[in-house]
Order: sequence, then structure tokens, then C-alpha cells
Amino acid sequence: MARGGPIRAGVLAAQGGFAAHLGVLRRLGVEAAEVRSGAEIEAVDLLVLPGGESTTIAKAIARDRLGEPIRRHVEAGRVLFGTCAGMILCDRNHLGLIDAVAVRNAYGRQAQSFEVELDIAALGERPLSAVFIRAPRIAEHGAAVEVLARHDDDPVVVCQGSVLCATFHPELTDDLRLHEYAVALCQRPDDEMKESGSVAR
Amino acid sequence: MSEQGTFRLKTGLAEMLKGGVIMDVTNRDQAKIAEESGACAVMALERVPSDIRRDGGVARMANLEVIAAIQEAVTIPVMAKVRIGHFVEAQVLQNLEVDYIDESEVLTPADEAHHIDKLGFDVPFVCGATNLGEALRRIAEGAAMIRSKGEAGTGNIVEAVRHLRAIVGGIKRLQSLPAEELASEAKNLQAPLEVVRAVAELGWLSVPLFCAGGIATPADAALTIQLGAEGNFVGSGIFKSADPERRAKAIVEATTHARDPERVAAASMGLGEAMRGEEIATLAAEGALLQNRGW
Repeated sequence: MARGGPIRAGVLAAQGGFAAHLGVLRRLGVEAAEVRSGAEIEAVDLLVLPGGESTTIAKAIARDRLGEPIRRHVEAGRVLFGTCAGMILCDRNHLGLIDAVAVRNAYGRQAQSFEVELDIAALGERPLSAVFIRAPRIAEHGAAVEVLARHDDDPVVVCQGSVLCATFHPELTDDLRLHEYAVALCQRPDDEMKESGSVAR
Repeated sequence: MSEQGTFRLKTGLAEMLKGGVIMDVTNRDQAKIAEESGACAVMALERVPSDIRRDGGVARMANLEVIAAIQEAVTIPVMAKVRIGHFVEAQVLQNLEVDYIDESEVLTPADEAHHIDKLGFDVPFVCGATNLGEALRRIAEGAAMIRSKGEAGTGNIVEAVRHLRAIVGGIKRLQSLPAEELASEAKNLQAPLEVVRAVAELGWLSVPLFCAGGIATPADAALTIQLGAEGNFVGSGIFKSADPERRAKAIVEATTHARDPERVAAASMGLGEAMRGEEIATLAAEGALLQNRGW
């Protein structure tokens, strides 16, 4: 929207749950495509970093030199939505897009994966079903990071400037409200996005 | 009020493996190499399929010490294989908290008539299939992920191609059928009607579909993705090649960029010798095909 016209979304398709995110975005009527190159990232208003294996995706980002295009996307005030591994990639130890540190597989192995109903005031009264799969935990975060939801005191949905992150998988349920929220962020004025925006590095 | 072991959590983990490569490993060093090379998961087993083929004998679930050492060595998901129908091997692996169980034809079957009741487990299962009916029977039993069987340990992609085409073609056919023909089609497929209906409506399996069995080169890995596989399992193809680490990285790269010939070409350079391939007709004549295990 920042550049006029309908919102174009791209889901990083290096590895992971990109297909599910594309499905949700398309159900919301958003034009969405897989992205795998700097040029493709350049062309989108909303960039989704999906779940998957963060080590695998981080290696692909390094191999394909996508770190700079992703950082430029955020520096320009465009919206980035990271879920699970995508959240890890945004932290201080990876791309440095939010002032937070994630601990990988913090709940344990698949045996400890769980589903839970989360209260998220920003999404209204009805709780959101959240699917945590080998999920990370946000161990610490700076003051610029706004916490939108917690589970057992741990922040699980956070926002800083134009970067929105969830430690779980909103793309695996039929409740599309968190994606709607990400799309709505694209319609905020540019200056508001850059205000608290990047970067934690 | 949290729930565990749900089907959504089981298929969810498979969703997160899409676009990635799951590599067979037999010890912690191989597991480290696989992780370093960008594998999205590793499969722990006693011997890679080509060695099982060569050595003969009964192939069982891997040594638990080895599986535990692999779990200790890597942070990516660890899968392990059990024999078809051997639900106690599965109970043991669930107890060990492996992330996924492969009820696999590569091991010697423990039951000639029954697969494991996978709905009774919290740990997710992946199963092999050679056609749509077989895939749907496994899903009905609770499999949360399907892979082609291919012909493991041969370095020959022809069987995996046959199986992927059969599954994807079968799905397209179901979609084209009028609703009243689904019941008799379910009978032909020897699969429950509800599962058949779900596939006809969705236009895809209700769980992720991966390729396994015979991938030896980056081009093989890209071929299976272009044919509809959502990710790849690679067994002997990596650790039986001249330079496992480079080949592993190349297969990972070709899986991500499967539709970009320039990237697949670049990934294919300078890898040294691929594993030696086996002719399927020769194995068939010897009665040595693994894909015929399971039903």
C-alpha cells in the first residue's frame, strides 16, 4: 500500500511452512507469491518469514544473500511478519530486526509441542488458537518491543515498528485474524512504521 | 488447557519440513554433517538402504544409543525408522521422544498383514506409498505425512517418479469424478470413503507429500519437486557419494530452487562421483524390491 495499489505479499520459500501462509493470505484476498531472491523481496509490501527449521532457513538466507534485501525491506518501513523460525530469524542473533533474543526449541522436542487458546487484546475478545511446534521462547527484549500476547508470562506475539512476530503458527488454523492484523499494518502511514522501526543491531 | 499430540500438531511439523531435505544418517558425525549442510531433519537408522541391500539379514530399528547420540548432537528434528507393523519399536521411539517415526519398508517387516495403528500414538508418523490407494490407507491409519517409496538404496529415481506420478495423477482423477462415483472409487482404491472424499474436495492429500527412494543428484531432487513432491528424503545418495557434504548442500539448494535451472545447474557442479546406481529390473528379477513390502 505504501507504494499505492493493492498490497503485494511475499512468503520466503527457502524452506518451511510457506505453503500454509500463502493459503491464508490468498483466503484474505491478498495477492501473494513465493519469494526466493532479493529482487522478489524488493517487490513486496508484506514479507512473511515462515516457520520451518531456522538453521536451514538461516543457511539459505546466507547462501542466497537475502539478508540485505530483508533488512532493506524493514528499513524502508515495509511490514515483515515472522512466525516461529521466522521470529528467530528476526532476533538480535540473526537478522537483528527486533530487539529481542529467541531461544530455539525452548519448550523441548515435538513431544512437547502444544495447542492453546491465547488472549490477544489487539485481535478482540475471542481467543486465538495457537499452535506451538518445537517453538522458540523470547528470553529477553528491549523497551521498543511491544508485547501483544503472552503465554505463561512469555511474550508470544511481539511488534517493533513494522516487524510483527509470533512464536507459534497462526497459519495452521482457520482463524485468520493475526494475518489480517499484519495486512492492516501495511496500511499504516509510513512515518509511523519507521518511528520505532529498525534496528536492534 | 493446552493440548498435545493432536493431528494438527503432527501434520504441522511436516508442514514445517516442506521445501527441505531429510537426510538418512547412521551416527552423530553424519548427523552433524547433515545439519551443517542445511538438512531440515535427519532420519536415524542402523544402516543406509544400500548397505541393507548389500548385507542382507534382518534390518531393525536403529540402536537406541545411536539415536540418543544423534538427538544430543543436532537441534533439527530427529526421525527414526521402525519395521512395518512393529508397534513396540514405535512405543520405544515415542518414549525416546524422537520427533517423527517412519514406518518403513526399508526395514524388514514385522507384520505381514497389519500396519501400526498410528492414531494411537502422540508421536507423528510418516509412511511410504506407491500409489494413491496405499497413501490413503496409511492416512486412514493415522499417518501425518506420506512419502513415495521409490526404490531405496538404488540411486535410481525411476520408481520414485512412478510413485509420485501415480499419487498426483490419482488425486487429479479423484477431483474429476462426480460425487456419486466416489464410493466405488473408494472401493477400487481400498481406502475409506471419508478419506477419498476429503482428497477429492481438497485437490491434494490431507497431509504433506514428500519424495523418497532413489534421489542421488541435485537434478533428481529438483525433478521430484517439479512433479509435486513438497520436500525430499535422501538416503544412501548422500553418504555413499564421493563428497557427502558438498552433495548434501547441493541437494538442499536444488530442492529450494527446483524450478530455476540456472540454480540447479550451479548446484550440480563439482560434486565428484554420485553413488553407484542399480538397475531396477535386475533387483526385481532377484525379488529384492523393497517397495513391495507393505500393502
